[in-house]
Amino acid sequence: MTSTTALDDKPGAPVEDRPRVISPGLTSGDLFFRRGVAVVGATVLIITGAIGVFLGYQSIPTLQRYGWNFFVENQWQPENDIIGISAVLLGTVQVAVLALLMAFPLALSTALYITEYAPARLRSALVSLIDLMAAIPSIVWGLWGFFLIQPHAIGVARWLATHMSWVPIFHVDTDPNAAVWAQTRFTASVFVASIPVAMMILPMACAVMRGVFAQAPLSEREAALALGGTRWGAIRTVVIPFGRGGIIGGTMLAMGRALGETIAVLLIISPAFDLKVRPLEVGTETVSALIAGRFGEATSSQLSALLTAGFVLFLLTLLTNTVAAVFVTRSRSGSATEL
Amino acid sequence: MTSVLGGASLATQEVPSMGGGAALEALDLSAWFGTNKVLDRVSLQMHPATVTALIGPSGCGKSTFLRILNRMHESNPAASLAGEVLLDGQDIYSPALKITRVRQRIGMVFQKPNPFPTLSIKDNVTAGLMLTGRRMNGPEKADLIEECLLHASLWDEVKDRLDDLGGALSGGQQQRLCIARSLAVRPDVLLMDEPCSALDPTSTRRIEETIHELRDLVTIVIVTHNMQQAARVSQQCAFFLAAQGTPGVIVESGTTEQIFGSPLDERTSDYVNGRFG
Repeated sequence: MTSTTALDDKPGAPVEDRPRVISPGLTSGDLFFRRGVAVVGATVLIITGAIGVFLGYQSIPTLQRYGWNFFVENQWQPENDIIGISAVLLGTVQVAVLALLMAFPLALSTALYITEYAPARLRSALVSLIDLMAAIPSIVWGLWGFFLIQPHAIGVARWLATHMSWVPIFHVDTDPNAAVWAQTRFTASVFVASIPVAMMILPMACAVMRGVFAQAPLSEREAALALGGTRWGAIRTVVIPFGRGGIIGGTMLAMGRALGETIAVLLIISPAFDLKVRPLEVGTETVSALIAGRFGEATSSQLSALLTAGFVLFLLTLLTNTVAAVFVTRSRSGSATEL
Repeated sequence: MTSVLGGASLATQEVPSMGGGAALEALDLSAWFGTNKVLDRVSLQMHPATVTALIGPSGCGKSTFLRILNRMHESNPAASLAGEVLLDGQDIYSPALKITRVRQRIGMVFQKPNPFPTLSIKDNVTAGLMLTGRRMNGPEKADLIEECLLHASLWDEVKDRLDDLGGALSGGQQQRLCIARSLAVRPDVLLMDEPCSALDPTSTRRIEETIHELRDLVTIVIVTHNMQQAARVSQQCAFFLAAQGTPGVIVESGTTEQIFGSPLDERTSDYVNGRFG
């Protein structure tokens, strides 16, 4: 009724129309739930933010004292007032990258097998098995790596160091002609430590990839098959291009986890603070293993130094995860598919 | 009735030129999803250089029938079937034939346009070659792309932007791109599953014109809900019907003229005259 009168009034003064206020019409139940969820969601943000603020605050004395040197110095000798995290950061990144190199192909092919090839009955069993891997405590992975894997891994490391020593990263400082090969030059290395870490991050990477592969549009898969393509052809032209964002994002999320992995690494490595990229050679150190190893006997200034190292790791992980999130949301696989 | 025997061997025939298409014959096809039977001993001849329309109400098994014709039916793990599909006399379900080869010879255009959205227009056209591991040099490829896009009546609209993404085209253009993509693998038969149901009237008209032009190149089988469309594009017609709780059957088949002009069965007459369905 009102609208027709408005039309009839047309000859009169032109009235500017403006958007009217529409009440969202939420019921009290909706409102209650919305507030509850908002509070819980905000709590998560506040806790994460508080961790960052706390670590940042605790870092101030150390950063004031050592300044830029904190990032350049490689030794960690609080008793001699020499503290720096360059070697530790290098070790952390090495363990994470190597773990990723091992976990990535395994996660990718496992995810592809589960979503594309496995018979329906086997599928759920495989998914639970992979999820079970994520449930294994990291101390168990550490023991597994130390007692079961290390004795074999050093053999592989020795082979690589002997036959491919022209590749700089395979170099190990040892006498290749020694009558008895120096096993201890190969133990407790980045390489050995990264194996359990790879196993730990595999389920996460696999789950993210599985999720995006399963979303690949059926209509495009059928298009590939109807053209005479094989299953692998459909995977190559449809599933992998569609899942690219998830592949990269899942890998980087796993990287974030690998950067912070502590116990398994602490069990395996023997601390060394050299600025070197020799993953097969004995000795390295990571930020989290450093903190866990030195925390107990630290004085308050040493504790501040450890927390500063933790702050740097926090920022590094935050950056990795943010980049991962950007990849996942920007890709077609991350956004709602519309086709 | 044309002889369906004596066709070239499927396995040895390599990239034949499009020329009239092949004869396709369904013999006593039944189909199930789990224990639910959806088609009951359906037989139909689909002649070369002819458009055969499959009409009938929803849920009568037309699409299932069509998907059996190029072995897409079995991609559903719960699906099973009985009977034979003869392509130039050879059973496409025989173990002697590779499923990929069958699908190369019997192409399919789907209800919803499904170009590969991350591939360019020209890569979409040649996607089938890539998928079936065929190599082609640059000029050959360019010729094929032009030829197929011309056949699909899309060339004029896209010739200046062949490197744009296939997903950037309009719905009707995407569907014609899908037709061009199917033609690029040189099929003998082209199956179309309600190719215009997601399109506006103008695009529908373009697709129908395309079908007219393709008729001389390939055998076309088209499922459609649109009676006028069936009358416009097809020469042969088959009317599918599934009575309440029973699997689908072909009530009547024959020339489109006969099905629409003087149907023998009362149910066909009721359906084509819009009295039900």
